[in-house]
Order: sequence, then structure tokens, then C-alpha cells
Amino acid sequence: MTSKTVASSVYDWVDERLGLSELAAFARHKTVPVHSQSFWYYWGGISLFLFIVQCFTGVLLLVYYQPGADAYESVRQITFVMNFGWLIRSAHAWAASLMIFSILVHMFSVYFMKAYRKPRELGWLSGMALLGVASVFGFSGYLLPMDELSYFATKVGLQIPSAIPGIGEAIANMLRGGPDVSDFTVHRFFALHVVVLPAIFVPLLGFHLWLVQRYGNAAPPSEEAKPASERKTMPFLPNFLRKDLAMWLIALNILALLASVFPWSLGKPFDPLAPAPVGIHPEWYFMSPFEMLKLLGVVLQGEAGEIAGILLFTLGIVLWILIPFYDRGKEFGQRARAAHYFGLLAVFALLATTIIGYWTIR
Amino acid sequence: MNEQTNPAANIIEEPGERNTRRAFLAAAGIAGLAYTAALAYPIYRYLASPEEMAMNATAVTEVTLKDAQKLPLGSVLMYKFGRSPALLIHHQDGRWISMTAVCTHLGCTVQYEPEADRIHCACHGGVYNPYTGANVSGPPPKPLKLFKVAVNATGVDVSLA
Repeated sequence: MTSKTVASSVYDWVDERLGLSELAAFARHKTVPVHSQSFWYYWGGISLFLFIVQCFTGVLLLVYYQPGADAYESVRQITFVMNFGWLIRSAHAWAASLMIFSILVHMFSVYFMKAYRKPRELGWLSGMALLGVASVFGFSGYLLPMDELSYFATKVGLQIPSAIPGIGEAIANMLRGGPDVSDFTVHRFFALHVVVLPAIFVPLLGFHLWLVQRYGNAAPPSEEAKPASERKTMPFLPNFLRKDLAMWLIALNILALLASVFPWSLGKPFDPLAPAPVGIHPEWYFMSPFEMLKLLGVVLQGEAGEIAGILLFTLGIVLWILIPFYDRGKEFGQRARAAHYFGLLAVFALLATTIIGYWTIR
Repeated sequence: MNEQTNPAANIIEEPGERNTRRAFLAAAGIAGLAYTAALAYPIYRYLASPEEMAMNATAVTEVTLKDAQKLPLGSVLMYKFGRSPALLIHHQDGRWISMTAVCTHLGCTVQYEPEADRIHCACHGGVYNPYTGANVSGPPPKPLKLFKVAVNATGVDVSLA
């Protein structure tokens, strides 16, 4: 037998049992709409790629990281003793930021293309859940080095659940493992970060991607209004995939550049008696919600105001998540326009509060 | 697959065109390999860090054992020479002997037995001479390496012979 016949008989054996040719036939017929907004289709893939990067660099950090009392010392070793440890850690930290950024771009592009409409509601909901889990990934990972900044960030961040009336303090204590951020907290956040969150994230991501395969990319309403003969598509294999991979390569290059030119720093080891360092502020992706809560606290004063602020903020997020259920029509009618303006308002609020947040750092 | 035949096959090519394409593919392949190597190298070095640190530890040529001059006659001190365990024996006749404690058979740590006046490896019953390190019986293929010992008022200096 020549190598060709061996290869084809191996393929036949696997095909008979796994149905590869059905998959191949499906992949051949898969197309992606081509129009002026096609650029935004790449951002889901970029987010996926950055998540894969997080898995790889995360496992590499796990090789030397120790949670608990030795957390800071082990991160110090990774950063300053192990060969290229600084680069791996820096890549993990930068890819986290880039992943949140690309998920946000993906979310807003889906929003403005109205890709959440029937039958894609579950795609939108699972995507929002993925964003939620991704931000908990960011929050829990931030504590793990146990330096000064991560200590105060966690301390302040956990003030938000503790503001919930009645049960808030119990929730915060449960997350912290006691009344203060301590070695117990690192252990909890570590378990969350490397076991619980991946166990939630990966199946959700699988579901999200399966829905994309099932319904394909949504075209924006302006495209859908055109007659079928005027709409253009490109085959997924190999055309779109090739462009997708090129985007991944660009993302990897940007990540490598950022990680090596701007290595992530490690602060002083945390000290529960030390005052908060000057200029401390949340990560950029938490800046906006923090600033919104702060501004709402100025408008609505006192404890009642704090609760009202959290309620208002939660209401905004709930309205955002439920958008597929009140903007359902195919046509670009009044509700669709209202949703569009709500989206613009959300972008404006996010940008404005982030800018105000950075502006007012003391 | 029939209608999916390679469209490039239907284009009639100039011979030179095929060469440029081959050259392009070769260059792309080399660039891809270089890129992969650039990614793999830091990861390999990162994972190999403990090994490199251990290698640096073996570069040790001298160890000072503080207060070891107080070791009683007929007893032994286990210490680390570089990264491997070693023996310092103060024999009944007053002689100071030091040697590596790593069995030359399969790398177990050997022990000095004062009552039998021998060095014994519990793993496979290897026996060494406690004065010369010579392999006396059992499976060890080679003697244990001796170190140079210098005793002074504050401790014992052990160095490579």
C-alpha cells in the first residue's frame, strides 16, 4: 500500500465511526455575509483566541505559583528568578485586558447589528454570561500576586456585594473567607480562578460557539432589507478562516509587543497595616462601574442612596441583557431605534465614566 | 469532491511562475518555523529554570561546615555538597573522611554504619569501604568519590579532591 491509500483507509475508518464527511460537507456549505460591517465579525474569534492564550499562559504560571502565604514570594520568583517568567506573567495579564476589550467590542458590534434578534437570543444571553464570568476571572486573578495593589483592589471590590442590604455582609465574608482580605481569600480566589470559573466558562463557550454554527453570522438590518440576489457571502472554508487566522496572528503580535515592551509590574508585598497607596484605581474594565456607583452616590446621598444606586445600576444591566425580548421585530421600527439609542447611551456612559475615573485619580 | 478540484490546476502557468510560488512557499515555511521557535524558546527556558538552577548548584567546589570539628569519634554528619547529599565521617582512629553519599548503582543515598564500620546502601545491598570509598560488594559499579577535608578551629572545610 502506498502512503496515500493508508491515509485514505485511516480516514475511512475514522469517518465511518465519527461521520467526518458530514462535518466536512457542513463546513463546505458554511458562509459568512460580506458587507461594509464585516470587519466586526472577527472580534468573537479574537476573543476566543485570547481565551486560548489565557489557558496556555495560565497553566505555565500554575507550574510555579503557590496560593496562600507564599503567594507573593512565588510570583516574585516567577517574575524575577525563572527564565522568561516575567514574559509569561506579563502575557497573561495583558491578554486578560485584551480579551475583555475584544469581548466588549464583540458585544457592541452584536448589539448594533441587532444580531441578538430571533433566533439568536440564546447567543446573546450566553455571550453576556461569558462576559460576566470573564470579569470575575479578571477580578479573582488580580488578587493572586498578593501585592499592595491587588490587596486594596480586592478589599474595595468586595465592598460592593457587602452594600446589598441584609445578606450583603454574609456574601462578602463568604467570598473573603472571613472579615478581612487574607491568605484565606487568596486560596478561595485561586480555587475560583483555576477550577470553578474554567468549569463554567468552557461549557458556556462551547454552547455559544455551537449556536454560531447553528445559525451562522447575523447580517445587520440594512443588509437583510436587500433582496437575496444583492447580498454577498464568502465561504467559511477557506476564505473566512484564513482571514480569521490572520487576525489571530495580529492579535498575538500585539500581545507579544505589549507584554515585552510594557512588562506587568509587581508591587510591594501586601501589608494589612499599610495605608492605601496614592493613585490607586481599579483596572480599566472596572473603572466605569466604579465611577458610575461613585457618581450615583453623590447624587443619591446616604445609605438609602447607596442602595438606590446599586438598584439603578442593576436595572441598567438587566435592561441590557434582556434587549432581545423587547427589540424583536425584523424591521427597523420605533423599538429598534429606541434600542439603538440605548446602545449609544451605554457606549457614551461607559466612555465618559471611564474618562472621568482616570481624570479624577489623585 | 469532484467539483472542488483545485482551481489553480486549471490555470496554465509559465515555468517561472511556478518557481516564484515555490520560493514564496519555502520562505513562508521558514518564517513560520522561526515564529514557532520564537514562541517555543521562552516557554522551554521558563520550564527548564529549576534544572538550570540545580546545574548552577553543582558548580560548588567547596563547602564549609560550621562547628563540624566537634563531631564525636565514630559518628557521621550528612550534609549537602552542591545539590547532592554527602557524608562526613569522624572515624574511631581520628581520621576525617568525606565522600559523596549517592550510590553509584542507582542513585540512592547511602549510610555509614559505625558498628559494622561500612557504608551500606539499603536499596540493593551495595557496600563501600568507609575510608577509601571503594565498592566492596553488591551491585555498585564504581567507588564513591572522596572529598578533601581540612579541619580547623571553627569548622570543617570540604572541597573537591
